[in-house]
Amino acid sequence: MAEKAATRQAYGKTLAEVGELHPEIVVLDADLSKSTMTVDFLKKFPDRFFNMGIAESDMVDTAAGLATCGKIPFASTFAIFGSRAWEQIRNTVCRANLNVNLCFTHAGISVGEDGASAQANEDMAIMRVLPNMRVICPCDSFETAGAVRYMAEHPDGPYYLRLGRAKVVDVLTEDYRFELGKGTALCDGGDVTIIACGSLVQQSMAAAEELAAEGIQARVITMPAIKPIDEDLILAAAAETKGIVTAEEHQVIGGLGSAVAEVLARKHPAPMKFIGMQDTFGESGTPDELFDKYGLSAPHIAEAATDLLG
Amino acid sequence: MTKTRDKQKLADQALRLRRHVVEMVYQAGSGHPGGALGMAEVFVSLYPAGELKIRPEEPKWDDRDRFVLSKGHICPGYYAALAIAGYFSEDLLPTFRKLGSPLQGHPCMLKGTGIDVSSGSLGQGLSVANGMAIAAKLDGKSYRVYVMLGDGEVQEGQVWEAAMSSTHYKLDNVCAILDSNGLQIDGKVSEIMGVAPLAGKWEAFGWNVIEIDGNDFDQIFDAFDRARATKGKPTIIIARTIKGKGVSFMENACEWHGKAPNEEQYRQAMSDLGVHATV
Repeated sequence: MAEKAATRQAYGKTLAEVGELHPEIVVLDADLSKSTMTVDFLKKFPDRFFNMGIAESDMVDTAAGLATCGKIPFASTFAIFGSRAWEQIRNTVCRANLNVNLCFTHAGISVGEDGASAQANEDMAIMRVLPNMRVICPCDSFETAGAVRYMAEHPDGPYYLRLGRAKVVDVLTEDYRFELGKGTALCDGGDVTIIACGSLVQQSMAAAEELAAEGIQARVITMPAIKPIDEDLILAAAAETKGIVTAEEHQVIGGLGSAVAEVLARKHPAPMKFIGMQDTFGESGTPDELFDKYGLSAPHIAEAATDLLG
Repeated sequence: MTKTRDKQKLADQALRLRRHVVEMVYQAGSGHPGGALGMAEVFVSLYPAGELKIRPEEPKWDDRDRFVLSKGHICPGYYAALAIAGYFSEDLLPTFRKLGSPLQGHPCMLKGTGIDVSSGSLGQGLSVANGMAIAAKLDGKSYRVYVMLGDGEVQEGQVWEAAMSSTHYKLDNVCAILDSNGLQIDGKVSEIMGVAPLAGKWEAFGWNVIEIDGNDFDQIFDAFDRARATKGKPTIIIARTIKGKGVSFMENACEWHGKAPNEEQYRQAMSDLGVHATV
C-alpha cells in the first residue's frame, strides 16, 4: 500500500531539509505555520523564520525585500489568502523577476468543510498569467519534495507552488527527479490521454482502471508544472491517442486545461474534455463528496474519456 | 560618498534637481512634477549630499544603504538625484518615459542603474524595506534602509501592516521619510480621506517620530542623525513639504500631481527656477 500524506507535509519536511543545505533560505508565514507545515522549518531554524501575522500583502513584499538582498525566501499561507496579494506579486515580485517562492497550501475544493470562502479554485489562473512566474501543482510527496529542492537550487525568479490540505496516495516513487517543465506518463495507454495535476492525478489513475475494465487503454500524465508546461509530452499524446481529458482541482478557466488547450490550438488541434470546477463556487462537504458533486471524481473523468472516444 | 554640508552647494543642487524635474516632465509630455519638486531637498540630502552610504561607481555594493521609493511616481526627482550623485550621466534624464529608456515611468530595478527595488504601486515600499532590513540583521551588516512614503499613500492598509512588522522585529535600521504635503490627486488629503494625526498614529505603532520642515536642509540632516542614533525601534521622519515647491503655479496645487506643463507653463516654470528657457 502506497504512503498517504498531504503535499503540505512533504513541503514542510523538505523545506527543513533544504534549509540545512542553503543558509540563505528564510521562511515567512502568515499565522498558519502549523497548517502550511512551515513549522518544520521554524523548529529547526527559528532565527530564519518570520511570522508576519495575518498580513499576506506585507508578507509577500517583505519576502521581495529579502530577495533583493540575496536571501531565498519561501512564503506560505493558504492559497485563498495569498491570492489577495496578487498585485504585490505582480508589481513587486514578478515585474522585478525576484526570487520569491510562494508556497500556498489548502488550494482547491478538497479543503472541504470550510466551504467556498476557503476553496481557492482560481489561484493557478491568476498566477499563470504573470510574466516570469513559474506555476507548479504537485500530486504527491515525491513531486512536492522534488519541486521544493528544485526551487531551492534554482533561485532565479518567482515560483508559485500549489499544495493541498487533504492526504493523498503517492503515485510516484523514491527515484523520481523533478525537472521544471516536465510531466510524467504514469501509464502508457494508446486510446485516450488524461493530463492531470494535484490531487486529480490519483482520481485519473482510478479512472484509467475503470476504463481498462471497459477495454479502453488510457495514458495518464501527471503535469506538475503548469508553467512552463511540457509541450512535447502534450503533443506526443495528441499525436498518439484520440483525444485529451484534462483534470484539475481548479476552475476550467485559466488553469491546466487552458494551458494544454493553448498548446494544442497552436500546434496540434485535438479533441478535448475539461474536468474541473465549471465556473462555479464550491460549498461545505467532505473532499470525496465535493469531488463527486462537482464532477471531479474518477467516474466523471472516465465518462469524459469515453465521451471523447465517441 | 563624502557628506556635503555646504549650504550654497546644497541649495544649488536642489535647484539643479528641480530644473531637471521640470525639464524631464516637459520633455516626456507626462509625469509627476509636484511631489518630486517638494522632495528636492530630501533627495539631495540622501544622494549627492551623502546621507546614504553608497558607491555610485559600484551600484550593487553589498554593504550599501538601501533606498525604496515607495511613492514611485515621484521618480523624476529620484532619477535626477541619482544622476547628480554620479550613477549615470545627467544627459540621460531627458529620455525619461521614452521607449527603451532605463528611466521608466515608475522605477524599474532591472533597467535603471542605482535603483534598489522596483516600485510604482502605492503602499508596498515599507514592507520591501522591512525585508531588506531583516536581511541586514541576519547577515550582521550595518547598512540602513531608507523608504520614502506619501501622506496620501498611508491610506493604503498595507502601510500599517508593515508599520507593525517594523516595530515587531525592532528594525532600527529602517528610516521612513513621509512626504507630508497635504495633497493627493483628488484634492486635500484631509478632505479625501483624513490621515491625521499622523505623528500620533506612528507613535501608537511604536515608531520613533520626528517632525520637520522637509524643505530645510538643517532639519533634514538633524533628523537623519537622530534616526541613526535611535536603537530598538524604527524611525519615521514626517517631512512637511510644499508640493510643487519652486514653481509658482505648481505650489500647493493638487492638479500638478501628475501633469506635464505646456510650452508656456514650461517657460514660466524654468523662469521661476532661474533659467531663461527657449523652446
